[in-house]
Amino acid sequence: MTFQSIIFYIFAAILIVSGLRVITARNPVHAVLFLVLAFFTASGLWLLLYAEFLAITLILVYVGAVMVLFLFVVMMLDINFDKLREGFWKYLPVAATVAIAMVVEMVLLITSKNFALANKAFGAPPAAGISNSKELGRILYTDYLLPFELAAVILLVAIVAAIALTLRPRKEAKSQIVGDQVRVKASDRLKIIKMDAEKEMPPESTAIPTPPAA
Amino acid sequence: MFDTIYSTLDSGFMNALGPAMGPPAFATAWALAKVVSVVVPLLIFVLYFQLVERWVIGWMQVRRGPNRVTFFGIKWLGGFAQPIADALKLLLKEQIVPTGANRWLFLLAPALSVAPAMAVWAVVPFMPGWVIANADAGLLVVLALTSMGVYGVIIAGWASNSKYAFLGAMRSAAQVVSYEIAMGFALVGGLMAAQTMNLSQMVAKQDGAYGFAEWFFIPLFPLFMVHFIAGVAETNRHPFDVAEGESEIVAGPLVEYSGMTWSLFFLAEYANMLLVATISTIMFLGGWLSPFPHSVPVLGAPSIFWMLVKMMTLMLMFVWIRASFPRYRYDQIMRLGWKVFIPITIVWIIVVGVMMLDPVRNWAPFSIWFGKLGGN
Repeated sequence: MTFQSIIFYIFAAILIVSGLRVITARNPVHAVLFLVLAFFTASGLWLLLYAEFLAITLILVYVGAVMVLFLFVVMMLDINFDKLREGFWKYLPVAATVAIAMVVEMVLLITSKNFALANKAFGAPPAAGISNSKELGRILYTDYLLPFELAAVILLVAIVAAIALTLRPRKEAKSQIVGDQVRVKASDRLKIIKMDAEKEMPPESTAIPTPPAA
Repeated sequence: MFDTIYSTLDSGFMNALGPAMGPPAFATAWALAKVVSVVVPLLIFVLYFQLVERWVIGWMQVRRGPNRVTFFGIKWLGGFAQPIADALKLLLKEQIVPTGANRWLFLLAPALSVAPAMAVWAVVPFMPGWVIANADAGLLVVLALTSMGVYGVIIAGWASNSKYAFLGAMRSAAQVVSYEIAMGFALVGGLMAAQTMNLSQMVAKQDGAYGFAEWFFIPLFPLFMVHFIAGVAETNRHPFDVAEGESEIVAGPLVEYSGMTWSLFFLAEYANMLLVATISTIMFLGGWLSPFPHSVPVLGAPSIFWMLVKMMTLMLMFVWIRASFPRYRYDQIMRLGWKVFIPITIVWIIVVGVMMLDPVRNWAPFSIWFGKLGGN
């Protein structure tokens, strides 16, 4: 067994365990953190395949941005853990069907003759002087320019749609008008009055007023 | 000088010890030695930079700063032993885990905060070839690992089971994620100009006959400013330190931490500051290149001295900013990130694209600056 395959099996074991813990963890925050671990380990596996650009992008996009927002939302939810577990057996058949369908699809894809994934030389080190990210960029922006741009447009539409669907003008919402704040001058807020530092008091006011009789 | 020593060591040891120890064992030992040679100076730097910071802030506020703790009672060394005394105090302090806290995550958070801050240094070059891993996608590694740092703060805030800590974590997460976009876009402009994500090649691209006039901070000036200010925000430093916000939420995510766990967060913050300064130096200020033209005898030569001078200048900027500006309001921070910095970077990326076009690049009056943008 080579050193690389030892590393592969360690990473694969961590990936499977953390994947299982995502769905079995009682606390949703723990589940999200296990998902982060799963992504991180998957990116390690991709690094073993010399797919450095994909590996780093997985961390940058999913671990660094998507999962942070996930965690952000999950932490603020007020979840009743018992309610979450209700109906486990009721939904199990449906979930199992979906899972089996996915496994069958994957096996079909991997063993298919048309793709011949088994014969592809994965994990072979690239020739010297070839940069993984540069080659990917070259292919994306030449051969696959149209699909790439289409994907970008779809993402943009999704972003705009997400904002358009959730943004509703609220009457009680208050916001600051930044332009007005920036335009403020000290003379608008503060009035300086000239006055003497000391003032001659009329003699009668110096007497201490006597408290009214109780 | 250093690079000749380094390369002699690299090839010399490889030839002498390689056959004796067996290549894999030797490669591991050599890699470990390289890691130690980067991490140990980094830790010493963090230890002493906080002394410099306290001194500089002291001088700016017309007071002396730490000047008592000294070595062997020598008076003029007053203050020099302060960081060591502080570190000892933190090491010996009791670790307190709050009763309601999630114990595992509470103790994991500082490690998650400090590990990415240290790991990034694997791809940062200090001189040509003087780098632990000369990764082709070096800039991406830097971006990916710095984006991991926010987990430490979020988990710390949640696991402490305290309202102040949680509020701080929420603020920090939103702020870091927002400023990461501006920072990423600023770096996109840099890598368009350099046509590479390898940090060493990025510096090499800024080399030229005219010294500092060749560096990328001139054609990419807005991106340089945005990168540095977003870096201040991303490290949760003053004036963007609302995550800690002593006056409102005590110390934010750090409120329940004591002793060594607290100091790990501190270490991560300073290591991240140094990283922002280093990436700015490499991408915009020509790294180890001299500001003088190559024709100037000694000063014109590239050396690690210039790299350190530039890094320390930017680090001092962090301190000056901290001592000079009042804290931003939270909505102002968000507005600055989303409505000012991101549009500026997007517009300047387009401008860089125009500057890279052939007729513009070769336009005589600007060819010093635009001529080296793009191309291969």
